[in-house]
This record gives sequence, structure tokens and C-alpha cells, in this order.
Amino acid sequence: MPIRKFAVPSSEAEIPDFLNAIVLLANFVVIPATAYGAQLALGALGVTLVYSVLRFANFAHGDLMAFGTAATILIVWLFQGWGVSLAPLPTAILALPLGMIITCLLALGTDRFVYRFYRHQRSPAIVFVMVSVGVMFIYNALTRFLIGVDDRRFEDGERFIVTVIGFREATGLDQGLALRTSQVLTVIVMVLVTTAVFWFLRSTRTGKSMRAYSDNEDLALLSGINPDRVVLVTWMLAASLATIAGVLYGLDKSFRPFTYFQILLPIFAAAIVGGIGQPFGAVAGGFIIAFSEVALTYAWRGFLTHILPPDLIPAGLVQILSVEYKFAVSFLILVIVLLVRPTGIIRGRVF
Amino acid sequence: MASAMFALAAPAAHAQESVNIGITFGFTGPLESITPHMADAVEFALQEANDSGLLPVTLNPVRADSTCIDAAAAQTAAERLVTSDNVAAIVGADCSGVTIAIANTVTVPNGVVLISPSATSPALSTLDDDGFFFRTSPSDARQGEILADLLTERGIEEVAITYTNNDYGLGLAESFARAFEERGGNVSLSAPHEDGRGDYSAEVAALQASGAQHLMVFGYLDQGGRGIVQAALDTGAFENFYFADGMYGESIIAAIGPGLDGRVLGTVPGSDSAGATSFAELAADAGFDPTSSFAGESYDAAALIILAIAKAGSADRTAIRDGILDIANEPGEKIMPGELARGIELLQNGEDIDYVGATDVELIGEGEAAGSYRVFEIRDGALHTVEYR
Repeated sequence: MPIRKFAVPSSEAEIPDFLNAIVLLANFVVIPATAYGAQLALGALGVTLVYSVLRFANFAHGDLMAFGTAATILIVWLFQGWGVSLAPLPTAILALPLGMIITCLLALGTDRFVYRFYRHQRSPAIVFVMVSVGVMFIYNALTRFLIGVDDRRFEDGERFIVTVIGFREATGLDQGLALRTSQVLTVIVMVLVTTAVFWFLRSTRTGKSMRAYSDNEDLALLSGINPDRVVLVTWMLAASLATIAGVLYGLDKSFRPFTYFQILLPIFAAAIVGGIGQPFGAVAGGFIIAFSEVALTYAWRGFLTHILPPDLIPAGLVQILSVEYKFAVSFLILVIVLLVRPTGIIRGRVF
Repeated sequence: MASAMFALAAPAAHAQESVNIGITFGFTGPLESITPHMADAVEFALQEANDSGLLPVTLNPVRADSTCIDAAAAQTAAERLVTSDNVAAIVGADCSGVTIAIANTVTVPNGVVLISPSATSPALSTLDDDGFFFRTSPSDARQGEILADLLTERGIEEVAITYTNNDYGLGLAESFARAFEERGGNVSLSAPHEDGRGDYSAEVAALQASGAQHLMVFGYLDQGGRGIVQAALDTGAFENFYFADGMYGESIIAAIGPGLDGRVLGTVPGSDSAGATSFAELAADAGFDPTSSFAGESYDAAALIILAIAKAGSADRTAIRDGILDIANEPGEKIMPGELARGIELLQNGEDIDYVGATDVELIGEGEAAGSYRVFEIRDGALHTVEYR
């Protein structure tokens, strides 16, 4: 007889089986979706900041993330060559600030030579969007020149906090649970960074001037706010957020320039679901998109096997959408939100 | 005047026109880690033939990138070989999808022989090819049966299948599922995966939910196949993996590490014939890797073209087509790798030969290898051969 993964539930085994169901869900849905959601949230936060202050949807954000990650990986390699490490944490954490600086320089350079021209022309928003598409292709090529098109794994240090085998041995449950260092790091960094950004926008003089500029540009100029400074700080924030989001995504999955182009869609969906221009909404939107993607493409049969009596266990996989349609989930949510509640879940004025 | 006459006479002294032989493999793309070895093997065979000095022409290799996945790019590359490089025949392509595309739109309409060392989709067996398509690798219908045998012998009754979403993956998944079910096995889920994604945890979650303990991976080692195996090991979804030929290679061990030890069993075309041994020695001397996937098949594909040219006495495209089946199969004197000169000589004397080569070439049906496979496992961080069948 083959070993069955799912023990048939009996009345004695009911409690551990319920625990098995929870662990299974945590391992395959909750943990991956939380980490993915945090990565989307950081990306969407950058998109939303640029949108609210500079007033255009920045399509180059995904490739800015890719560039930032590529720069960070090169520094990681340099550090590894020198034998510098942060074990058990990944070396990327050490390289991240340098990667952020390089990406800030790229974003500021782009603004100086591309966007500033259109700002002085007072071009309409759609022109900025088209310009950002052009910038996206430039970044796209730049990243490939810098590091190539291949898959890069730069996750070093201790990969797991909890391993499947370790968990099974410790708890005696059938189901295992894996918790990776990169997943925990992602969530911690995301909480710290978003808190810092919110605090910065609410409480500092620069943050307040950014909000004023975003509310009413002319009034802000009349009150003596320096627009160049506001633009500079916005790009630095956006580039830093892009690098952090990109590095965390690359650590958790793997780095390949093309995948950063692909996650642009869920990032925009997250920003729009949250109400574009709303920093808090962007974070909430990130998690909504991530959990929807994972939950709609997850095959629930395994979970139901643990909680239902044997004769009710479905024969099919109980999978709402096949995994190939993962990206369609973002589209679907995007369309529904734009039809039903175009302002996103969080309404009101920007910021 | 004397020097002018000398200059005119010099090329005539060799009296050999140069004929191009196309080599189209995915030098970029999912198979880029194994295609350089395959092309080396082809060029090695051409060099061997040229060195013999017995052919009426000098063979000159021309490489073109099939990309493995982009049919339009592959067609353009093959079109260039056929029209501007005027090749006599082509060795390639590597992946099934681009091979079908090239055969249908370029080589068959132009009447050029295409011999693929590695396209294994069952769909190629029924191609309307006018006799211009051959392959030195067997159809995956055969690999599916061998994998099904392996699993049945080990008492495995239920598996899940993940396959790369293309002709190769789908063909193999279908032929394996059919063979496995005929032997009483149960396929709990057969699901495709897309190559080039960042994250495969959702794919693995669905496969895990099917309840199977064993995972068949019909993908590519540099692409989604590796991503799936990595995610499955990380989440503990599967502990045993069965690889088809697309997953065979050192790079997967380097990428995933010791987690694979003792958990992988797989098949890759190959044989333990005397030919394989002598090919390994030749390759080692020439400085390329004979154990790399399809290196032997690539050498054999080139050898068949060379011998067909020798038999025809010219590099005529149709004459090459007409000679191949005779050369590859009995009757006749057996020709091993490194004995191309002997083969050419016999053919020029009007005698029959039976080319055996590195992979025990025996073309069946419309001209595809009958197929022998090497069963491999991963142990102590290396690939080991278990048996041949």
C-alpha cells in the first residue's frame, strides 16, 4: 500500500487534524501570501508616492526595482569576495543601503534629464505616463547590460528559521511548516519602512511640504515651498522603496529582470485597489492582491481533507482558478475596483 | 606571370569546394547550458570527416540560434541557413516546438534534411515531412513508457506531474500518463507550469493538494523545472522527484544543493554500448563533455549527414535524404564513433554500412531513434548512472 499523505480523520484524531489543516494553510497560503503582499505593498507605496506628488503613473517603477536589485546583487558579490557577511542574515541586507544610493542617483539623473523638461513644459499627465514607458525600456536594457538576463539567487546565510522536517519532528503533526529567513525579513522590513514613511509624511517639515505640494501645487509655491526639493525627496523615497521591495522580492524568490516587469501589474493593481495616491491604501492593496492571487489559485482539497468527514471530501482539487491564470487575478480585481469603486477602498483627499 | 599561375593553381590543388552544414541549437534560452556541448560534438564530427580527406567536399559548420522557445526567431535563423548560407543539411533544432516550426516552414518546403538530436515530442513522429526530417533521439512516447516501468517496479502507485507548457512537456506528460495508467498507476494531477516566473509556490501548492507523494518533473533544469523542485523542497510538499531528460544536468545540483541527494531518479537518452565508451574517450581528448545531454546524439546526427554525403558522392540535398536510412540501419559493417573515415571509404567502394555511433543509432518508422535510456540518480552531490534500458 502506498503511504497516504492525508490520514483518514477519526473522532480521536480530530484535534490534531484540525491543527494539520491550520498548518497546511499557513505553509501554503498564509506565509507565502504575507511575504508576497509585503513586497507588493512596498512597490505600490513607491508608485503611489510618485503619483500623488508628481501626478503621473510611473510605469518605470518595476524596472527601477530590477535595477536597484541588480545594483545590490553586484555589491553583494563584492562583499562576498571580500569575505564580509552578516551571517546568519543574508549579505544583501548589508548591501541594500548602497544599492539604494545608486538607485537614487539613477532616479535623480532620470528626473534631471527627462522628467524635468516635461515638468517645465507643464505637459499633461498622459505625456508623463508615456515618457515613463520610455524610461521603463531604458531601465530594462540598463539592468540587462549591468547583470544579464539570467536567474540569480543571492540568498546566503541561514535560509530557514523553521524547516519542514524540524517542524514535523517538534510537533508530531503530519503536515510540515517552513518559515524562511527571507519571508520574516520581508515582513519586518516592510513594517519598519512603511512606519517610517508614514511618520515622515505626517511629522517632518519636508513631509508636510510634500503633502502641501501634492494638495495644491500653486498654493504650495506661494507659501514658499521649494518645488525642486519636494521632487528630489519624492524620487529618493520612490527609488529607495523600489530597491527595498526589489531586493526583498529577489531574496524570497529569485532575481530575473523579466519577472520585475511582470510584477508591475499586481503592483499597479495594489496601488489602485488601495486608492491611488493613498499610502496606507497602497499597503492594504498589496495584501489584498497577494491573498487574492494565492487563495484563488490554491487547491483547497488538501485543507478540506483535514476538516471534513471522509465521505464529504471532494474528488476534485477545489481550485477556483488554475495557476496559469495567476496574473489574471490582478486584472480581475483591477476591473472590478474601477467599475464599482473607482476611488479605491480608501477615499478622500490624497494623503 | 609565374606567380599569377601559381596563385590560380593553389586552390585547384585542393580541388575541394566548401559546403556549409547548419547547426541550429538554442545557444540562448532555456537550454543554453547544454547546447554548447551539443554544437561542439557536431563540429567535432565534421572536423573528423574533413581530416580524413576522403570526402569530395570540405564541410564547414555554420551556427544559428534556435532560442529553444521563440518559433519566429528559430524560423528566421533556419531561413538564413537555408537561403543565404546555402547549407546542404542542418543538425537541429534542440527543442520540439522550434523543431516543428523549422521543419514545417523552412526545411521541408525547401527540401533540406533536418536531423534533430534532441527534439523528442511524439508530435514529430507524425510530421508531414516528405522524408526530410530525422532524429537521433527517440520519441518521448518511449521515455514515458520507461519512466512508467521504473515507477511501477518500485511499487509507486500515485504521482503528480508538472510539465513545462510546450510541445515537449505536454507530449511527455501525456505519453507518461497513458503508460502509467496502463500499468495500473494513478496520476492525481497533471498541471503545466510556465517558464521564466519568479515564484512557483502556487504551482507546488496545487500539486501538493492532489495528495500524491511523488512528483514527475517534465521541465527544464535552467527554468521552471528548477523553480518547482526548489519550491517543493522548501515547503516540504514532495520528497521524491522523477526527472525526464530536460532536467538532466550538473547545474541543477549546483543551484539547489544537497537537498536533492537521494531523492531524484530520472531518465536521459543514452546507452552503454561500445560506441558510447569510445565516444566518451574521443570527447575527452577533444575537450568537450560527452556526458552532457544529447552530446552523443549530436555527434551521430552530424555523422549521418557526413556519411550520406559520402554515399551520394555530393552534397546534394535530396541525395542526403535518400541515403540516411540505409546508412543508419542494417545490413552492413558496423561503424563506431571515430571510424567515420572507414565508413566513408566503404560507402565510396559501394559497400553497405550500419552506423552504430555513440548512441546505438537504429532509425525506426519515418526516421527516429528506437531509443535506449540511461537511468540516473543524484547521490553525494553528483549524477550517477543506475542502469541502462
